[in-house]
Amino acid sequence: MSITAMPTTEIVPARSWYKRNEIAVTPWLFLAPGVLFFLFYVIFPIFQSFNLSLYAWDGLGEARYVGLANYQELSTDRAFETSLWNNLKWLVLYLLAIPAGLFIALFLNQTVTGIRLYKSLFFFPFVISQIVVGLVFTWFYDPTFGLLNVMLGWIGLGPINVLGDPTLVTYGIIAAGLWPQTAYCMILYLTGLNAVDPEQIEAGRLDGAKGWRMLWYIIIPQLKPATFIAFVVTIIGALRSFDLISIMTNGGPFGSSRVLSFYMFEKALSEYGFRMGYGAAIAVVLFLIMLVFIAYFLWSMFQEERAR
Amino acid sequence: MHSMLKASVAALGALAISASAALAGSHGEKLSGDLVIFSDMSNPAPRAVMEGMVERFGAMHPDLNIELTVIDREAYKTQIRNFLTANPPDVANWYAANRMKPYVEAGLFEDISDLWEGPIGEELASTKGAMTLDGKQWGVPYTYYQWGVYYRKDIFDQYGLAEPKTWDEEKANCQTLLDNGVKCYTIGTKFLWTAGGWFDYLNMRTNGYDFHAALTGGEIPWTDDRVKATFANWRELIDMGAFIDNHQSYSWQEALPFMINGEAASYLMGNFAVAPMRDGGLDDSKLDFYQFPAINPDVELAEDAPTDTFHIPSGASNKEAARAFLEFVVSADNQTLINNGENLGQLPVNKNSGVDDDKFLKEGFAMLSSNSPGGVAQFFDRDAPAEMASIAMEGFQEFMVFPDNLDDILARLEQARARIY
Repeated sequence: MSITAMPTTEIVPARSWYKRNEIAVTPWLFLAPGVLFFLFYVIFPIFQSFNLSLYAWDGLGEARYVGLANYQELSTDRAFETSLWNNLKWLVLYLLAIPAGLFIALFLNQTVTGIRLYKSLFFFPFVISQIVVGLVFTWFYDPTFGLLNVMLGWIGLGPINVLGDPTLVTYGIIAAGLWPQTAYCMILYLTGLNAVDPEQIEAGRLDGAKGWRMLWYIIIPQLKPATFIAFVVTIIGALRSFDLISIMTNGGPFGSSRVLSFYMFEKALSEYGFRMGYGAAIAVVLFLIMLVFIAYFLWSMFQEERAR
Repeated sequence: MHSMLKASVAALGALAISASAALAGSHGEKLSGDLVIFSDMSNPAPRAVMEGMVERFGAMHPDLNIELTVIDREAYKTQIRNFLTANPPDVANWYAANRMKPYVEAGLFEDISDLWEGPIGEELASTKGAMTLDGKQWGVPYTYYQWGVYYRKDIFDQYGLAEPKTWDEEKANCQTLLDNGVKCYTIGTKFLWTAGGWFDYLNMRTNGYDFHAALTGGEIPWTDDRVKATFANWRELIDMGAFIDNHQSYSWQEALPFMINGEAASYLMGNFAVAPMRDGGLDDSKLDFYQFPAINPDVELAEDAPTDTFHIPSGASNKEAARAFLEFVVSADNQTLINNGENLGQLPVNKNSGVDDDKFLKEGFAMLSSNSPGGVAQFFDRDAPAEMASIAMEGFQEFMVFPDNLDDILARLEQARARIY
């Protein structure tokens, strides 16, 4: 028996390089298409934008190197300042979607006849396109025909033109954006609530926890993964708040509802925009703001990995 | 087998060519291949006109495979830059004057001065200036239209008002209307350019065409006292409450119902507003037109008459067919047809064309040909460079809502002027 076994081990030639490294290489092979696309479509354009922001270029002719002049101009550009502040308002106020979504989820997390229907009705605004949401709210806010002023009239308040008033307009658009975003957070929490451990609730109840204390000490800690995801998607949603602004006000009145992404579009790509370099400089600023959040997200995900 | 197939195809082709030659008559040259046209004529009436032109041109050249792509008019304004560089069609719509400058400077439009040297140059003489940059012509116009004040004749009659000729009459009319609870002017400034129209007229009437051209050309500071005089005139109307409230929330179309419902009596607009107003139920007994009244009697009247155009991108692949198409578009017969009241409802650019028997077209034609001695401007956002136009029109909108911010606005515009020109 041993005689027959001997030759086979000798005949087998040296295994190919791939065979020897299969375990180590295969994951990279599977990752390769994704990594390549990510490098080419995400990482490379970031550096391209940095580079472009140092030039004056109309998108058609020759690009002219201007150094940091675009950034210098940004620092004195009041429209840029307005956009920056509006971005901040979006970031802060958009987070209201998280508690709002949580409370709707708690409210809907019960077994009543037809609860599925109610759930889907609450989820509805997230399903329809942002453009439609924008249009609906534009009509709702319409100073002459809109429902909002009719409703304000019932309680004796004068007509207001939300989208025409430079001090109110951003809040008006954020309110429109909160509608679908709340629904999104709600669905995240609804799934999260399914995973809440009933035994812990039971134990909490035995120890006398009720109402807010139950929510704060027992339920919310268990919803931490859902809260994290809700936070991530809400921040991303706030930073890419482009379509609502475009459809509801087109950045107006006189530019008071612009955010950085919209301003960048206006400067570089819109009907009157021919300043690719300046637009790229705005994009870089927006990227740096995003970088703060990206770093935080990566860091907290890393922490979680380590904790396991 | 192969050769037989080839032969029969060739025979068929020859047959088609002879047929087309017979059909085309005057057009001797045989055009073949593909002709790709990108058009921004997306509103219902212009769209039908464009499709009709393609159909008739196709019938003249059966061998030519014409591909027409109609793009939404607003979206087109941003897409043109992409397709001119990446995927140029053979023919594309655009606008005259400064609006075509970026593409001309980048070498993306074909120089078609040779086309203008023929009889076309003489027939289209009135718009030659608007099509000329650096001494060369870069496209052909297919239509233009007058601007002016469209008003509710029935409302004017009701309060015994006549078409104003002077600024004082204009304001007196307006006061009467306001006293009766009717706003003088409807306007929707959400997309800013409508305010540019008001500025054009007020400035041309206050300071004259030459001053206006110098201002949009960047030669005069925005903080100049003469510019302030224009805004002072504008402010008179704003302080009276002449414009509808909340205009900053509406597009020009959304401002139409105020006029149709009789809440506002007039609209400073281009002639393209007539079609939707007629659709809204205003027939010729209720709707009329007057030329923007004189403000400063010392300056000659000048008008806005924006010209819409066709161009050949320099990257076009079938330039021969494209030139033939441009010639077809500007031919007197086609100009008469596409600009009549049933189609575009605008003014033909070929001097041998007939103006349709339409009240507004006739008035507009008479006004532009005989009562606009000062000159004809394109429009604020076509005369001024794009960036200046966008910043300035935003300022105009702000001024219309908060007239007290004027000094701040003008300082901003002046800062922009110093940088842009």
